[in-house]
Amino acid sequence: MTDPVAPPERAVGPRIPERAEGESKGPVLELEDAALRVRGRTLFAGLDLQVHPGELIAILGPNGAGKTSLFRAILGLERLATGRVRVLGRPAQRGDHRIGYVPQQRVWGRGTPMIGRDLVTLGRTGARWGLPVTSREDREAVARAIWAVRAESLAARPMGDLSGGEQQRLRIAQAIVDEPSLLLLDEPLSSLDLGNQAEIIGLADRERERGAAVLFIAHDINPVLGHVDRVLYLAHGRHRLGTPGEVLTTESLTDLYGTRVDVLRFPDPATGVDRVFVAGAGNGHEHHLEQHADEVDRLERSE
Amino acid sequence: MSWDQFFDYSDYGHLLSLVANSVLACAILGIVGGLIGVFVVQRDMAFAVHGISELSFAGAAAALLIGVDVLLGSILGSVIAAAIIGLLGARARDRNSIVGVLMPFGLGLGILCLALYQGRSANKFGLLTGQIVSVGGDQLWSLAGVSAIVFIALLIVWRPLTFDSLDPEAAAARGVPGRRLSLLFMLLLGLMVAVAVQIIGALLVLALLVTPAAAASRVTHSATLVPILSMAFGLVSALGGILIAVGSTLPVSPFITTISFVIWLICRDVGRTRDIRRFRRAAEAHALEAA
Repeated sequence: MTDPVAPPERAVGPRIPERAEGESKGPVLELEDAALRVRGRTLFAGLDLQVHPGELIAILGPNGAGKTSLFRAILGLERLATGRVRVLGRPAQRGDHRIGYVPQQRVWGRGTPMIGRDLVTLGRTGARWGLPVTSREDREAVARAIWAVRAESLAARPMGDLSGGEQQRLRIAQAIVDEPSLLLLDEPLSSLDLGNQAEIIGLADRERERGAAVLFIAHDINPVLGHVDRVLYLAHGRHRLGTPGEVLTTESLTDLYGTRVDVLRFPDPATGVDRVFVAGAGNGHEHHLEQHADEVDRLERSE
Repeated sequence: MSWDQFFDYSDYGHLLSLVANSVLACAILGIVGGLIGVFVVQRDMAFAVHGISELSFAGAAAALLIGVDVLLGSILGSVIAAAIIGLLGARARDRNSIVGVLMPFGLGLGILCLALYQGRSANKFGLLTGQIVSVGGDQLWSLAGVSAIVFIALLIVWRPLTFDSLDPEAAAARGVPGRRLSLLFMLLLGLMVAVAVQIIGALLVLALLVTPAAAASRVTHSATLVPILSMAFGLVSALGGILIAVGSTLPVSPFITTISFVIWLICRDVGRTRDIRRFRRAAEAHALEAA
């Protein structure tokens, strides 16, 4: 890379931690030559990705590029056209408790019959059949997860009364209640203010310190740029994988989009991490197409 | 006109023993209706319940006409309606239009059957507005049996169904089979509607399948308390209704619907007062923090 302003080494956050003895040695997630097609449209193909414990990877790309579908494939909800997904050495399958998943933000309105603790408890026991009794062990796990996201004061409050940021913290508590090895966050920062964004990123960092691998779909890379190890950029059925300095360059993204794209970087003295702006990625026409494809995806999923 | 001509409680004990079966049937319906109502409210299906009950009415009227068991006809009608709504109306907007299409068809079909029916006319009106003057022993057993099936099935699927109702994407990722679960729920709903049609009539089913749960979710948001309160409200409405109606020449339905409506009004007011107090406290805490 010849980019003169490649971002500096990450200023905060630990590197991949040393794995404890006896822990699984292999990668948390392996994608091998993975391809996903929806209605004849290729979302991505030939994707090879190995994610190790303690890694945080940001997934970027325009709407409809297949970011959420990639998560669904990892969760076993979507079948790959070709290739393989393995989670901790086993093929992806539905209901895998070693994966924590926070879907794209939904907001629970006033009057939702659920308090904060209920949402987290569903993550622990929600898939179990039989009499709805919660064991002490389950209650303790729920309390730990609530503590981990610093939401003790929200546990007894109605979900519908909480702000977007507060709901998001509880959703993360729900996802980590089984202490997953892999955490999938789908646009966890959307519609949050800066303070809440920092809080959510801090929680993702904590999970990574615990040894989980974190995949993070981001609409805007800047809030997480100082924390990510690698970036996966999906667009137009193709992808780029590498460090932010490798992927987020004019040459790399121009090649990926097949049209002129400018990547602008501004040094930010406050954090020591550059701010990155991508200009001209996809013109209006293409954007429209992507949104259309997005709608098709949604329709198919609801069937 | 004086009230005495409608109410006479002078021989109440004796009257009560005559209608013991009906009292029991009401109590069962109140409890199980209150329980399933929690999911009706969570899944936003009040209108669907109304649509199912009209087809249930058509089934019951047809059964009356051809002389087979009315509950059986009622169940057949409501299960068919529930299946159609469940299969075609996964999304709320589709569902509402399907219900809107089914409802008048069911009602029309039912009216046709009743018009052709030559038997006692009290039976006709009863299917629409409820008339359990006397539930026979056999009938009680079948009502109780169907209700028990619904109750037990709901308890077994309780957590996955709650998860799917409140947080469907996360539930699917955790392995909850949302589609099959919602079809099963429609089937249980169909069964319960058929039972309710026998007791309070097709037009008033919502008073026991929606109102108690709606009232409960006004006063509490806890996932554990809502169903308990809802069952209690359903029981009070249904049981209170029949106990008043026993000493009266009036049908049971208006008592049930009125009690459940009053409970809802009270809950709404309690909930509102509490909401206001809670917001005020939150605002004060916020102001303190800012200071």
